[in-house]
Amino acid sequence: MRRAVLIAVPYVWLLALFLIPFAVVFKISLSDIALAIPPYMPTAKDGIWNMLSQLDFENFIFLTEDDLYWKAYVSSLQIALISTLFALLVGYPMAYAMARAPEQWRPTLLMLVILPFWTSFLIRVYAWVGILSGEGFLNQFLLWIGVVDSPLTILNTNTAVYIGIVYTYLPFMILPIYSALDRLDGSLIEAAEDLGCSRIKAFWLVTIPLSRNGIIAGCFLVFIPALGEFVIPSLLGGSGTLMIGKVLFEEFFSNRDWPVASAVAVILLLILIIPIVLFQRNEQKQVEAEG
Amino acid sequence: MNRLSSFNVVSLTLGFVFLYVPMLILVIYSFNASKLVTVWAGFSTKWYGELLSNEAFLVAAWVTLRVAVISSSIATVLGTMAAYVLVRGGRFFGRTLFSGMIYAPLVMPEVITGLSLLLLFIGIGLDRGVLTIVLAHTTFSMCFVSVVVSSRLVTFDRSLEEAALDLGASPWDAFRLVTLPIIAPAVISGWLLAFTLSLDDLVIASFTSGPSATTLPMKIWSSVRLGVSPEINALSTILIGLVAVGVIVASLASKHAAVRAKRDEQAAARAA
Repeated sequence: MRRAVLIAVPYVWLLALFLIPFAVVFKISLSDIALAIPPYMPTAKDGIWNMLSQLDFENFIFLTEDDLYWKAYVSSLQIALISTLFALLVGYPMAYAMARAPEQWRPTLLMLVILPFWTSFLIRVYAWVGILSGEGFLNQFLLWIGVVDSPLTILNTNTAVYIGIVYTYLPFMILPIYSALDRLDGSLIEAAEDLGCSRIKAFWLVTIPLSRNGIIAGCFLVFIPALGEFVIPSLLGGSGTLMIGKVLFEEFFSNRDWPVASAVAVILLLILIIPIVLFQRNEQKQVEAEG
Repeated sequence: MNRLSSFNVVSLTLGFVFLYVPMLILVIYSFNASKLVTVWAGFSTKWYGELLSNEAFLVAAWVTLRVAVISSSIATVLGTMAAYVLVRGGRFFGRTLFSGMIYAPLVMPEVITGLSLLLLFIGIGLDRGVLTIVLAHTTFSMCFVSVVVSSRLVTFDRSLEEAALDLGASPWDAFRLVTLPIIAPAVISGWLLAFTLSLDDLVIASFTSGPSATTLPMKIWSSVRLGVSPEINALSTILIGLVAVGVIVASLASKHAAVRAKRDEQAAARAA
């Protein structure tokens, strides 16, 4: 009896506030926009059968016809992919150095990586507005050391979005790689070197393959949230920065086209299922390898 | 092994410069006398004064704090229950669906979670305000709590619980007197995580709140969309300061606890 209550309470909560809302989104994505409150039709007031018979895939067809959406999906994938790559390039050397640091420094280094994660996400993105703007600190610095003659335009471009994503999601890249490198047996590298491998060759042939799971986990942890990102492209990106999270937000709040916004959400979810499944498989493999 | 090459030192230094300099600039320029945020015009605390006399910010801060405390507390209870069910519940009907619903919100884009909850609330005719934000925040943060707590429950020595049950404790007493004290650190960090996530959330709150409730991130958002403002720098500095103090206190407390546990262990070894 007690067990049933223990299971039922969180179960019902998640059904009501996680699963049913998705069913609602899916249903509205099949509806038509209407000048009413709520701004779509048909609704359950029209009778269930009547409602079901009026649902169609019109909005999805609309999405494939209007190349704004098509471009937004492609460009989100592109931005997420490029940012993930840069995060790996910045994060791997840091994780590597942390794993090789003297034992007594490691807790402090770890804390320094985690600390930004506890700080407000919005504030961390906002900090870059003042740095990247035309008269911002980066341009002042570059002009001062004489690298450039006139200020660079970085804010409101895709470059600013890459910087923003790498900056905010860097801890997610570092932590799994660090934990993989931390477990790595140093004697394997020594063995490779004793057997005539150069330092760099040993790194490529031993260290990288043995930290592969950490790299994969880190990449997914950056890629998946970056794909649906809204705050970073809105604050740092320009009018030319197309990301699907931003399109969805604007479709909903500015255009008030709920059915199309819902259809955009359904497709984003379908795209995300692939990396999420791959990520879980990687985690599963890692658990099995350890167990 | 334990000697850092110069390459390692450089990559760590540059990495931490990258992570911390933006926040440092924010903090320094919150004490700038000038309204122009990129020109230094002398030390001043006037933006803090303006911030504290700005009633809209204070009201938003109060809403945010209330939402965060209530939602993280409910999320901790629900998340701990969910973790217990996942780790100890054995088989039951719909277990796969249940664990799917625990893990999916962790990776769900905020825009989708926000949109779906909003459409639900409108569908059932619930007025949007503090209550709806609390429901939304509880739902996604209970999943984080559940992951944190279940990782502790997995490593937990089950025989302790069984011993309590054998000695006549009711299941509830065994949980309250044996399990809970042992998993308490995980439950507390779950609560802290839920609390921080709620304080920080902009997107889900924007979808699920109504005109009656504006949270602090929403207030920050509407002013940073217009560009950099020294008041927001002051506010950011206060928030960064609170987090830094919180993290330092927490790490000192856990260090203290570790030292004490070690001392107890040594005392026990001596006694034996």
